[in-house]
Amino acid sequence: MVDKTLATVKEAVAPVFDGAVILLGGFGDPGLPGQLLEALRLQGAKNLTVVHNGSGGGVHSLGGLIHDGKVKKLIASFPSNPGNQSFQEKYLKGEVELELVPQGTLAERIRAAGAGLGGFFTPTGAGTDLAAGKEARVIDGREMIFEKALHADFAFVRAYKGDRLGNLTYRMAMRNFNVPMCTAAKHVVAEIDELVPVGGIDPEDVHTPGIFVDHVVEIVRHPEYLKITTEGR
Amino acid sequence: MSLTRDGIAYRVACDLPEGSYVNLGIGIPTLVSGYIPAGKDVFFHSENGILGMGGLAAPGKEDADLINAGKQYVTLNPGASFFDHPTSFSMIRGGHINYAVLGALEVAANGDMANWRTPGEKVPGVGGAMDLAFGAENVLVTMTHVTNKGKPKILNKCTLPLTAPHCVKRIYTDMAVVDVTPEGLVLREFAPGLDPQAVQARTDAQLRVAPDCREMNLPAKFHVAQPAA
Repeated sequence: MVDKTLATVKEAVAPVFDGAVILLGGFGDPGLPGQLLEALRLQGAKNLTVVHNGSGGGVHSLGGLIHDGKVKKLIASFPSNPGNQSFQEKYLKGEVELELVPQGTLAERIRAAGAGLGGFFTPTGAGTDLAAGKEARVIDGREMIFEKALHADFAFVRAYKGDRLGNLTYRMAMRNFNVPMCTAAKHVVAEIDELVPVGGIDPEDVHTPGIFVDHVVEIVRHPEYLKITTEGR
Repeated sequence: MSLTRDGIAYRVACDLPEGSYVNLGIGIPTLVSGYIPAGKDVFFHSENGILGMGGLAAPGKEDADLINAGKQYVTLNPGASFFDHPTSFSMIRGGHINYAVLGALEVAANGDMANWRTPGEKVPGVGGAMDLAFGAENVLVTMTHVTNKGKPKILNKCTLPLTAPHCVKRIYTDMAVVDVTPEGLVLREFAPGLDPQAVQARTDAQLRVAPDCREMNLPAKFHVAQPAA
């Protein structure tokens, strides 16, 4: 019997090695695997390359990992939010490297990796500072730049419900980067709010089919998160 | 005289046609959704995967899984949908978003726009700004006409790093509505109490005055005696 469930987030992050490339899901709190991140912080792997839309808030979540000096490089679209002190301090001291990628390009580079593509040409960024060093080509009269697929060793995401086969469903704005991230890493773990029996997710509602997922871990939402009412659930 | 921030947003809202799909940037653009009259179907897109977004959630009615791109808790309108980032940016980059309303630091006479990097900024961040500027069918800019030091923001050439070249269709400021055309900038409207000469005096680039150029027609609550800082 296939059983992709793990009992703890500690087990889930155990395989992470020094120098690993990690896709970290979520946009703001929705879809952010906060408990896997905390476990990763305790696990101790270092020289990590983390791919995430932002740079994490304060000393929590990704901010904590950066604060502890575990992140060598961040690949992100919006690391400049004023709340993200940990990243900003380390970046200004030259202790963490940044690769700045437009948000849509970041999503598509991850999607391309998961879809077995080498990359793609996009108009986004052509003729700007972010085109530096990139192959340019005029396609149908429009200048485009080449963006390479972004593969990773690990993807950590959060979903709403999952089953032991790894099928996932998200809620509201949780889907964001998580859907493509699950396709683009060698080892994919989802923390889920609720483990349901096989068949407990309507096939119409499976957003990430289990083929992409290695492990699911049921978690209890952090009390701070639960302070926000969850009307309609 | 000039317009309040809400006045600029109101003026943009007047131009968004029924049935349009619209992405609003942070700042003045966010205010636009509040001025769409009831019964006019305009669909708001949020790049984190929402179409048909409503206004901000009332205190106590927030849902932790429902935020906009500015990380504020929001609501949904009937007929809303959720999707992932690749789909969201297919809507943007694929030209399906009819209007992107974006704040800007500078706009040039040829439609070049700069809004992602300020001179003193230590940590860069681009977010979805470039995808929107390159991909949306129409890029509308909202901004104050001059900086808080009185320096014009509509220029012959941008001085800051570009978000996208040749992308802006129309500029809405606290003093004017200006179109970007292949023949250069065209002044369409000026704020109550101003005239085309007064707008030109605060604009670096040359403005052509449209034959039907007129004073803006807005409710008095949107007028202020001094230009918005």
